[in-house]
Amino acid sequence: MLNTRDILETINMIREENLDVRTVTAGISLFDCVADDNKRLCEKIYDKITKTAENLVPVASSIEKEIGIPIVNKRISVTPISLVCGNATPDDCVEIARTLDRAAATVGVNFIGGYGALVQKGMTKGSEALIDSIPDALAETNIVCSSVNVASTKAGINMDAVAKMGRIIKETAAKTADRDAIGCAKLVVFANVPEDNPFMAGAFHGIGESDCAINVGVSGPGVVAKAIERAGNVSFGELSDVIKKTAFKITRVGQLVAYEASKRLGIPYGIVDLSLAPTPAIGDSVAHILEAMGLEVCGTHGTTAALMMLNDAVKKGGVMASSHVGGLSGAFIPVSEDAGMIHAAEIGELSIEKLEAMTAVCSVGLDMIAIPGDTTAETISALIADEIAIGVANTKTTAVRVIPAPGKTVGDSVEFGGLLGYAPIMPLRTPSSAAFIARGGRIPAPIHSLKN
Amino acid sequence: MKAVVSVIGKDSIGIIASVSGCCAEFGANITEITQSVLDEYFAMIMIVDISKMNKPFSDFVDAMAELGKKSGLEIRAMHQDIFDAMHRI
Repeated sequence: MLNTRDILETINMIREENLDVRTVTAGISLFDCVADDNKRLCEKIYDKITKTAENLVPVASSIEKEIGIPIVNKRISVTPISLVCGNATPDDCVEIARTLDRAAATVGVNFIGGYGALVQKGMTKGSEALIDSIPDALAETNIVCSSVNVASTKAGINMDAVAKMGRIIKETAAKTADRDAIGCAKLVVFANVPEDNPFMAGAFHGIGESDCAINVGVSGPGVVAKAIERAGNVSFGELSDVIKKTAFKITRVGQLVAYEASKRLGIPYGIVDLSLAPTPAIGDSVAHILEAMGLEVCGTHGTTAALMMLNDAVKKGGVMASSHVGGLSGAFIPVSEDAGMIHAAEIGELSIEKLEAMTAVCSVGLDMIAIPGDTTAETISALIADEIAIGVANTKTTAVRVIPAPGKTVGDSVEFGGLLGYAPIMPLRTPSSAAFIARGGRIPAPIHSLKN
Repeated sequence: MKAVVSVIGKDSIGIIASVSGCCAEFGANITEITQSVLDEYFAMIMIVDISKMNKPFSDFVDAMAELGKKSGLEIRAMHQDIFDAMHRI
């Protein structure tokens, strides 16, 4: 039997606390599209995506309506294009990006991810061509997202790829300079990238996945913040319990949506990603959760500890609620997408160094951070190297998505609108890291990668 | 199969009549009603059996939302599955 209190609690989470399912993402393998001619490859990719995901949006919309919870985004992730493009040139790759954009628009999804490469140990010719094409591909498409994995705990850090990605990010910014460098908001550099992540910009359909899969990303920072506020002045043990119970309920909704979507689409259920994903809306902020725990402003001393506890409790609560958990599964801290983070950065209380420390205890990394437009490629590469090192040494995913907005400097801001939000330009260290980045080669895998 | 119809808003005459009229039109059988009035606000929760409905459930959701709009109330029809998922182990 349903009781009134439970019913009202659920309705209140949706009405007042921004509870939603962030995304239903259909992962689609493109291995069966491989062809020796790029035009033929593009045709097969278009057909495979539009056929497999034909009903994704209507089905997700009907689930949304029937169970009464918003499903904010419907997305597609595909096999990393570098693995199917073979002998392509950068121009061929851009053509594939246009094809992805067109296929995604045809089925009506919000984003398509997988325009990327896995180069943690070295680069194939195809990977290199694809990476070289990223600036043009992101400038010429609307909803294609790109990710490049440059390191893993097993392989170490491919510093040649790190150096290259610094230059690619600068070029991508330059090519989308008229739109506040929005290309960079769709480009992320990873260490230990998960292969079933439904969240953008890093979603792709990994090489060990089945032909297609439904992966669901949950959300709900507002629900957790309100639960903490209601709990009042309790000890950390009790606080952790409050978060766990809330995460359990949020995840059960994700599990329900994943199960229904899988059943109705006839596509196997992959995973539920237990992430707290903020939006720029008021009341949907991870920073505000940390502040509800007793910090005056997110970014002050105590922030890393608060985030560590939050991240851990979300996983402990969520893991019991879902049969398969995967993806990134942790709290996200994208600056431009979180009203509390934006405020903390604007008043100078949230520094890039603190954000870096925070990424050691949560997913994912230095995310949606606007930096001065005159930042050199080498400095961006060094920033990536630092962040990636945290992931490699701690056997976790880390990532960098920074926006060096051309012509802008500290005191200015960039504005993307929608879920991507806006961000003040944050200052970076100015002494050069160029000689360090110029060394090239690989940083060897850490000793604890040798587990066998 | 059951659904929950919730009505939240300012109290006014005839709310239950119009919501139950809409249920009858779709062939949804009301099995339980609880309501409370707090100051001038009204909260009603209705459990309805939707297994013998004569139209798709999604049309019922739309009709309830529409009725809410017309009467200045928030009316939602949600499938029981979401409440079971969140509150039952």
